[in-house]
Parts: sequence; C-alpha cells; structure tokens
Amino acid sequence: MINWQVILSIAKTHLVSKRKQTITAGLGVTFGIGAYITLVCFMTGLNGMLDSLILDQTPHIHIFNEIEPSQVQPLEQKFKEALTQVHSVRPKQRKKNIHNAFPLIQNLTNNSDVMAALPQVNTQIFYVSGAIELGGNLTGMLPNEEVTYFNFDKYIISGTSQALENIPNSILLGVGIAEKMSLSVGDRVQISTANGTVQPLKIVGLFQSGIAEIDNVFSFSTVKTVQQLLGEPKSYITDINVKLFDMEKAFTLSRKLEKQHNLKAIDIKTANAQFETGTTIRNLITYSVSITLLIVAGFGIYNILNMLIYEKMNDIAILKATGFSGRDVQYIFMSQAIIIGILGGCLGLVLGFLLSLAIDNTPFDTQALPTITTYPVNHDPVFYIIGIVFALIATFFAGYLPARKARKIDPVQIIRGQ
Amino acid sequence: METVLHTKNIDKYFRNPVPFHVLKNINLSVKKGEFASIMGKSGCGKSTLLYILSTMDRDYEGELFINEDLITGQDGDTLSRIRNEHIGFVFQFHYLLSEFTVLENVMLPAKKLARKSYEEITHDAMEKLRMLNIDHLATKRASRVSGGEKQRIAIARALINDPTIIMGDEPTGNLDSYNADNVLDIFRQLSDEQGLSLLIVTHDTEFASKTDRIITMSDGRIIS
Repeated sequence: MINWQVILSIAKTHLVSKRKQTITAGLGVTFGIGAYITLVCFMTGLNGMLDSLILDQTPHIHIFNEIEPSQVQPLEQKFKEALTQVHSVRPKQRKKNIHNAFPLIQNLTNNSDVMAALPQVNTQIFYVSGAIELGGNLTGMLPNEEVTYFNFDKYIISGTSQALENIPNSILLGVGIAEKMSLSVGDRVQISTANGTVQPLKIVGLFQSGIAEIDNVFSFSTVKTVQQLLGEPKSYITDINVKLFDMEKAFTLSRKLEKQHNLKAIDIKTANAQFETGTTIRNLITYSVSITLLIVAGFGIYNILNMLIYEKMNDIAILKATGFSGRDVQYIFMSQAIIIGILGGCLGLVLGFLLSLAIDNTPFDTQALPTITTYPVNHDPVFYIIGIVFALIATFFAGYLPARKARKIDPVQIIRGQ
Repeated sequence: METVLHTKNIDKYFRNPVPFHVLKNINLSVKKGEFASIMGKSGCGKSTLLYILSTMDRDYEGELFINEDLITGQDGDTLSRIRNEHIGFVFQFHYLLSEFTVLENVMLPAKKLARKSYEEITHDAMEKLRMLNIDHLATKRASRVSGGEKQRIAIARALINDPTIIMGDEPTGNLDSYNADNVLDIFRQLSDEQGLSLLIVTHDTEFASKTDRIITMSDGRIIS
C-alpha cells in the first residue's frame, strides 16, 4: 500500500529545504525546454517560410511541350538492321502549345487527386521603351485561380490581381523591369512579341517574388490578352500547372501523364530536389540540438538527486527503520524528480513561448521577401506537448536511477556505520 | 505471561572481510511488559542481534517470532509494515529528519501506517510530546533542539503507533548523565505505567541494573 500523501509531503519538504539545489535543477530543465521550444518554433517557422517561398509558387506538376529532336529519325525507320548515323539533328518544327489542352485540363480536373489544373500561355517578349528593348517573358494566366491555388497575391506589392481580370489589355509587371524603365502602376508599357507585333498594355500592378531573375524578366497578364497578342486562338495553351491534394503523388502522376499524352511533365520533387534536402538537414539540426539540450538538463537532475541521496543517507535509514519500505523511499525521490520536471518544464514552456514571441516581433527587413516584416515563427502547440512530455520522460529517468539506489540502501549499514 | 518476541536458534555469519560466526544459536524471549537490557563487551554481537530482532537485518539463520507470528522469510514490504506497526526504535544518535518539525517527525510513522486520521495523529503526537514534557518544542525544526531533547523526540516517535516492543541501541550512549537518567526514567515509567515491552542494548551497568532483566552476551552467545 502506498500512501502518496505522506510521500509527497516528504518530497515537498526535501525540495523546499534544499531550495538552491531545487532551483538549479529546475532551471536546467527550464532552459532546456525553453531553448527547445524557441529553437524548434523558429527553425520550423523559417523552414515553413522558405518552403512556401518555393512551394507556393511552384506547381506540383508542370506540364509543357518541350522542343526536342524526334526520338526516331526516318533513316533509322528505313534501315532497321543497319548502323545509321545522322549528324546535326534539328528539332522538328512545331507549335509550342499543348495539343488539345482544354480536354486535358478537363480530364485532370476530374481526377480525384488533383486540386486544380490551371492553363498558362508563356511567350518571349520585349519590353519597349523608346529605343530600348528589354528581353522578357510574359505569362498569360487566370488571375483569380492563381491567387486561390498558388497564393499569387502574396507577391503583389502594389495594385491587385483583380484589376488584371477586370481591365482588358492590362499587365502585372515585375518590380525589376518597372524600376529599370521607370514605370509605375497606371502607366502603359509597350510589349513587342517575337513576330513583331507591338501592343501597349496598362500596368495594373507590380510584383516582387524575392528572386531577382524573376522580377527582372517576368510579367503576367491574362490568358486571353496573351493569346490576342500572339494572334493565336483560344485553344492555344503552352503550360498547365497542376496542384494536387497530396504532394507525394506528384511523381507517379507526372510519369503517367508523360506516357499518356506524349508531353513533358515535371513534378515538384524533381524540380526542387536540392530544396527538399535543405529542409531535411535543417530539421535534423534542430532536433539534434534540442535533444542535446534536454539530455544535458536530464543529467543536471540526475547529478543533483544523486548528491541529495548521499546527503540524505541518514534520513533514508530513519525512514526505513520507522517502517517505510524501499519502494516508499524510491517514490519519495522519484516524485522529487518529477516535481522538478513538471515545474521546470512548465516554466520552460513559458520561457520558450516568450522567447519565440520576442523573435516573432523582431523586425526582419529583407529585399528578397517583400511580405515578411518580422522573423517567421511557427507556434505549433505540438512542440509544446513534445516539450513537456520530454521534460517528464527525461526527469523520470534522471530520477529513477538515483531513486533505485536509495531503495536499495541498507539501513543497518548506515546506522551501524555512524 | 504472553511472549511478544522470541527467537529459535538464530545464527549469523559475517562474510566480509573474513567469514566470521557472529551470533551462535541465540534463543531469547521477551515477555509482555518486560523491560529487558542486553549487555556485553564491544563486538560480542549485541547490536547485530538487535538489528535482526528489529527485522531490518534479514541475513541470518534460525527463526524470529513477533507476537507468535513467524517473521523470518517475509518479503521487504511486509517487514517494513511490521516494523511500522509493532516496533519502535530508539538509536544511539538522535536520528531525526532534520528538515521537518518536531511534531512532523513524531507523526511520520503514524502517517505511514495510516490507521488514523490526520487530526487523530496530530492529537496523539502532541499527547506523546506532552507526556515527555517536550510539547513546547512541537513547532521547532528538529535540527534546532538539543541532544537530550532530540532523544526524547525519538522516543515519542517510537511510541506513536503504540508498538508491541520498543528497541533501543544504546539510547543513552551519547547523552550526558542528566539526560541519560531522564531517558532511563522515561523507559522505566513506560514499562511500569503502560506495560510496554522494552529491549535495550547498553554498555551502562547502572542503566542495566534498573531494568527487569539483564541478558548478558559474550562472543556471540547468551551467557545469562
């Protein structure tokens, strides 16, 4: 039979009378857990931001028609048995658009894995300003859908994407080009296509992606505007961007699409392989540092309890002589460890929360990320649960070993040894 | 008269550093209400015997009975419970928990036994302290009282669960003559007035002469 009230009152008296040691042990846990919470919130916040920087904009599958030489040359078809050699193979002349794009989009939209499949028209253009011609790239798209599925509006620093939809012959200019050509919202910019057509478009907004090569080259307009500019029919679509419900299915679906439709389909993992590696390594560092901190805190408790038990040899002998069992004594010391764990852990959560709040409010001004004003922090409650659970497990084991020693102390040896 | 404690052929060996036969065929019984003392030279095994009788030392051969119940071979938890309920222990050194108050020290074994409510235990503990004229110390920390007072507190603690027998390992050995007499008077009084059984190991012939029976030991045997 275990009388918890008595055990806890003894544990409490020990803790209160050894205030300095208790506070030292508790602070070890507090700083361990606090540092873990801060680190993990900050690092995952940073990871999330970097992820969204790339992932929000990148379609899970990008389908396009790549220009490439024919796989099989006519000569090889004629002489199947012979060794043939064709020098200077040229790609076949054909249009850049995806054949039967709209049925394909319809087909994709019906697929239960697909969240959205959005058409785009990409073309090379020149931005004309007086005698100066700047090379660039114009993308025709569906503004509302792009905003919904690819957070397009996150990068618009002036004007709106809605205006692109409402105002005909309008353009959303990269901030780099706008700067070079001294243009701002409301101005007109002359666009010249590869086949010589020149068309003035009204600037309804500027965007900044944070990546200079994009901001200096790319501009956006509606699908319709770009088709008109190129003199192509409504069925002319060069790219399809697919967003899936589950990103992990991107690879298999992209392989299937390539085979079925004889198109190039690139999944996000292939396109951003190095990016995935970076995230994994950052997570690994975060967790290994956090676990080290917590283990150090655990050793702190272990040490202090060990010392406490040496100091309390007499007390242990008295308790045992007056009828406390070994298990009672073990529970007395283990409850001390767990009380330290709970108090230190909870304070650690508060400390971690305050620190990450402070980081969350620290200004973070960077040209590269226009929409970010403070350091990103991920306040996920899961981290707090992991933190407190780890604090309890660590203090449990830190207390278990010394407490088991206390359980085995032979009172006769202590009393006679005096 | 009823026997509270008796042994059958107890033998004990020390194995370290060399094998040594420390207790040889001990047969002993203490009757209810008896105030017995064990005397003998240093190293004759009297303390060793006392720790076996107190159930704390389990490493022996033979049989030990308390209230006619066989104690030998019980597991640690049961023995703890028996100690808690039936045996009050007074040591040579004032073994109190120094961080607790005097009252808490006295109450601790009763709280462990948990037979009575907290209020009853407090009341009983105050009663014991009053009986030993130390009730004014109740709220003091155990580390703040004098040696003689500590020993009386230890006696109060030994009495709290109304044990079958009080055992003492030279309880006056570390006290000046005034306090030693005081402790002896308390024991005498407990034996005479409350019919408590006591078994006290001592060096002090004067102390022993005032007990009901002197058990003399020599070289691990009871000689009288």
